[in-house]
Amino acid sequence: MGEMEQLRKEAESLKDQISAARKAVHDVTLPEIVSGTAVVGRVQLKTRKTLRGHLAKIYAMHWGTDSKLCVSASQDGKLIVWDSYTTNKVHAIPLKSSWVMTCAYAPSGNMVACGGLDNMCSIYNLKGKDGNVKVMRELAAHTGYLSCCRFLNDSEIITSSGDCTCALWDIETGTQKTIFSGHMGDCMSLAVSHDFNMFISGACDYTAKLWDIREGACRQTFGGHESDINAIGFFPNGNAVLTGSDDGTCKMYDLRADQELITYQDPSIMCGVTSLAPSLSGRLILAGYDDFNCNIWDSLKAERVGVLAGHDNRVSCIGVTPDGMAACTGSWDSFLKIWN
Amino acid sequence: MSGSSNLVAMKKIVQQLRFEAKINRVKVSQAAADLQQFCIQNAQQDPLLTGVSSGTNPFRQQKVCSFL
Repeated sequence: MGEMEQLRKEAESLKDQISAARKAVHDVTLPEIVSGTAVVGRVQLKTRKTLRGHLAKIYAMHWGTDSKLCVSASQDGKLIVWDSYTTNKVHAIPLKSSWVMTCAYAPSGNMVACGGLDNMCSIYNLKGKDGNVKVMRELAAHTGYLSCCRFLNDSEIITSSGDCTCALWDIETGTQKTIFSGHMGDCMSLAVSHDFNMFISGACDYTAKLWDIREGACRQTFGGHESDINAIGFFPNGNAVLTGSDDGTCKMYDLRADQELITYQDPSIMCGVTSLAPSLSGRLILAGYDDFNCNIWDSLKAERVGVLAGHDNRVSCIGVTPDGMAACTGSWDSFLKIWN
Repeated sequence: MSGSSNLVAMKKIVQQLRFEAKINRVKVSQAAADLQQFCIQNAQQDPLLTGVSSGTNPFRQQKVCSFL
C-alpha cells in the first residue's frame, strides 16, 4: 500500500473514532434537557436610533467596549465611528480602498481596523496627537481578501482571510506572529473568547474551528453545515459556539461535548444567514438573513420568538452591545439601526 | 510534481485528526444543563430579554423640561 493510501485510511479511521467518541457522550439531546422550560415570550424590539450617513452598502459593524461608540464600514469607502446615543459621527475616516468587508474596534477604544479586497488589514489610530485619524499600520501578507478582524489588545490583532488562513499579527512590527492554517475553504468570520486565549473561525469548507492563540494550533473542528459558514460567535459562557450559514440555518456547538447541540431552522427560511449575535444571557440569538430580516431565536428551545424588520435590503451585520442593552443591525440599504 | 506536497498536506491532516481525536469530552447532559443554567441565572440581567424601561434606556430621547 502506498504511503498516501495508508494516510488516507488512517484519516478515515480517525474520523470514525471522533464520530464514535462524540456519540459516546451523546446521552441526551438539548430539547430533552429543556423540555420543562417554557419558550420565552414574544420579543418585540423597536428601532430606537437610525444611523444615517453612509452612501453605499454597509458590510460590517463592531461595538466599542463602552457600549456607546461603534464603528461601521461601507463600500462608499468610509469607516464611521458613531456615538450611538446621539447618532453623531465622531469620526468619518476615508479609506484607500473602498472594497471593505470588515471592521473592528480595539477594546481600549484607541484604534479601529478594517480590510477587504485589498487583502490588507489597515489599523487607524483614533487618538493621534493632532486629532486627525491616520493609518497607523497596513498589515499585508494575506494572499486573499480580509473577511474579518478582531483586536486582542492595542498591539495584537487576529485576521481571517479568503486565502483559507487566519493570522495573529504584531501591529507594531506589522508582521504575522502566527498563521493558523487548516481550513480548506475561504475563512469568512472569526470571534475571540472573553479570556483572549482562543478564537473560533467559520469557513467556506462548511466547518468551524477552535484555535489556541498562543499554541497556534487548532483544537477542535465542527461540521454539519451544508454550505459556507458566514457568521460565528461565542455563546456568552464561553463554552459553546454559534454559527450562521448559507444553508439557511444557525447551529450551536458545545466545546466541552465537542458536538452540535441544536440547529436553528425553519422550512420557511430559504436564504442564507449573514450575521449573528447572542444576547447577554445567551437566551436570545439575533441572526441576520439575506431576505432583509433579522430573526430572534430562543437559543434553548430553538424557536423563533421575534423579528427585526425595518431594513430595505440585506442585513449584513449585527452586534449586541457588551452591556447587552441594545442590538445594532447594518444593512446594504446603507443604514444602521439600534434596537431594544 | 505535486505528489510530495500532497503527501505533506495529508500528513498534516492526519496529525491534526490524531490531535482532535484525543480530547476529553464531557457528556451532553452535563454540557446542556450548564448552558441552560447560565441562561436562567443571567436572564434578569439581560436587557433584550427583560425589556428596558424608558427611564434607563440610553437610546431613548431624553425629554427635557425647561422653564420658559
